[in-house]
Amino acid sequence: MTRIEKTFEKLAAANEKALVAFVTAGDPDPALSIDIISSMIENGVDILELGVPFSDPTADGPVIQRSSARALKNGMNLGKVCGMVGAIRKKFTDVPVIVFSYYNPIYAYGIEKFYRDFVSAGADGVLVVDLPPEESEEMTGQWTGDPLPLIRLVAPTTPDDRMKRIARVSDGFIYMVSKTGVTGSDGLDAAESSGQVERLKEMTRLPVCVGFGISTPADVTQVARVADGVVIGSAFERTIEDNMDDPALAKRLGRQTSDYKAATRMK
Amino acid sequence: MTQEQYRHYPDEKGHFGQYGGRYVAETLMPALLELEAAFTRFVPDPGFQEELTVMLNTYAGRPTPLYYAKRLSDRMGGAAIYLKREDLLHTGAHKINNTLGQALLAKKMGKTKIIAETGAGQHGVATATAAAYFGMECKVFMGVEDIGRQAPNVKRMELLGATVEPVESGTGTLKDAMNEAMRYWVSAIRDTFYVIGSVAGPHPYPAMVRAFQVVIGEETRRQVMEKCGRIPDLLVACVGGGSNAMGLFYPFLHDDVAIMGVEAAGTGIHTGKHAATLTAGSTGVLHGSKSYLLQDAQGQIMEAHSISAGLDYPGVGPEHALLKDLGRITYMSVEDNEALEAFGTLCRVEGIIPALESSHAVYCAMQEAKKRKPEEIIVVNLSGRGDKDLGIVAGVDEIRGK
Repeated sequence: MTRIEKTFEKLAAANEKALVAFVTAGDPDPALSIDIISSMIENGVDILELGVPFSDPTADGPVIQRSSARALKNGMNLGKVCGMVGAIRKKFTDVPVIVFSYYNPIYAYGIEKFYRDFVSAGADGVLVVDLPPEESEEMTGQWTGDPLPLIRLVAPTTPDDRMKRIARVSDGFIYMVSKTGVTGSDGLDAAESSGQVERLKEMTRLPVCVGFGISTPADVTQVARVADGVVIGSAFERTIEDNMDDPALAKRLGRQTSDYKAATRMK
Repeated sequence: MTQEQYRHYPDEKGHFGQYGGRYVAETLMPALLELEAAFTRFVPDPGFQEELTVMLNTYAGRPTPLYYAKRLSDRMGGAAIYLKREDLLHTGAHKINNTLGQALLAKKMGKTKIIAETGAGQHGVATATAAAYFGMECKVFMGVEDIGRQAPNVKRMELLGATVEPVESGTGTLKDAMNEAMRYWVSAIRDTFYVIGSVAGPHPYPAMVRAFQVVIGEETRRQVMEKCGRIPDLLVACVGGGSNAMGLFYPFLHDDVAIMGVEAAGTGIHTGKHAATLTAGSTGVLHGSKSYLLQDAQGQIMEAHSISAGLDYPGVGPEHALLKDLGRITYMSVEDNEALEAFGTLCRVEGIIPALESSHAVYCAMQEAKKRKPEEIIVVNLSGRGDKDLGIVAGVDEIRGK
């Protein structure tokens, strides 16, 4: 059983949904980034999405764009992200770590080398924002050996027949984008996305995690009613950005995490 | 590979060999599939073509002349230089060929809003013009750096009823404008048509923009046959994203003619401040397609530099990448000061003020002409006029026209 499967099994037994946290690796700097992530995991993150900074993040809103720029300015790169995965894995043996990236940094690093290095560092999956199923074979086709699930995306614009095809090739879990727009867009329309979550769940036995536009514990509660996991990214990055000089920044993110986590516990 | 096969791209998945494709977020995929279906259905239709041709001929000013630049040719003392006068088109550049085509397609698809990215502002102006023509709402994304150096075009877009959205992120140039246009498109995907201005971006854009620009090469072919009774010996065009070049080159790919694409070498390739993607870049993925890019070893995109905002882009159309690898087209680069020299020369010797983008191609053609015999024929795509560049040129102490 993979770490992802074990995590969802354990959560189901406890009647909880997964809190999936996105953090840009190396924001604001590599050392503090590890402290922040550790504090978040200790306070209830079930699955970590570790963001690889990219110079041209076309799917991201201003908050994650800026976090990406900060990390790059402080020298973050894919090799160092791999080192961070290893460090997190050493500290937390059970938390699944998903590498969240645009395709170009992986392509430049080398597709095979990426696979080898990240599998051995202890990564549990990879999500490539700009690599739809039509193009993903060129990457996964070069991966032989231990499985490294490619987490697939479903969007509000994805028609049902396409959703079915995506579900069929999916692995690990499915990331459902709750709204059209970039990350960090305001406003969650839980009613609109819940219908699509239900349709998707009829097509797959894999867990479905919902992200985009989720920023408050109340949002989390709403989404957790229908989904298996709730993804939060920009809300964490906003806290980092707004409190850069706070010596207790890691603790602050820990508190924010436990507020969200509480909202994933079903009564 | 036989020469005929150069024209067999892209394949059904939008790939030009290993290049091209659709590297986009899932939210955009259904829109791209819808666009591809509409492009395949409407554009080859004789009715669509007829409607487009009438617009191009009665509104945009086609056909454009193929002009024998005798004084320039005499001065070089070699081959005959012909200029394909896309600069005479409405809005001042070849961009209008594509925007009228895409806006007509948008209308057929029932879209009422269009967006575009722009660098020099020529594509933005051409899109705003097409939007006004069809009575569509139009938003143009433009980097703050470019807004500064292309102020007249900003005013033009506003006069035409478009909203210019300043883009401050990144380097504030064309690539960032394109990032922001893609971000906006994701949020407005259901009723908005994205008019991409070059043979770049995800499939079907490279094939679609080419389809709307080949009119340049088709006309050139007819005109040169009429004037000279044979096809040219050399074709030259500047390459930023590469749409004016692809428009001229494509109908000649399987002919026995040398083809040169001219990139912007900025202050020199060795200085690192250039936009010569094919000359000095490497393979990667940006803005939805795989092609050559200016990037560092980590796959982070680097800033491009050129005196001409329209060439200031760290990517290039995927078909150019393939044609480079196949050796069908020779890509070279011309520096800022060389382009300025050609700019000055063309102004004084021929009475034509070329765009700084096109001046790169003119410089290359001038050098080639010197090396070639008088009976040889060179066709240069004079893709745009230079009115928009007067502010930049005024800042240069001396235009060294020779």
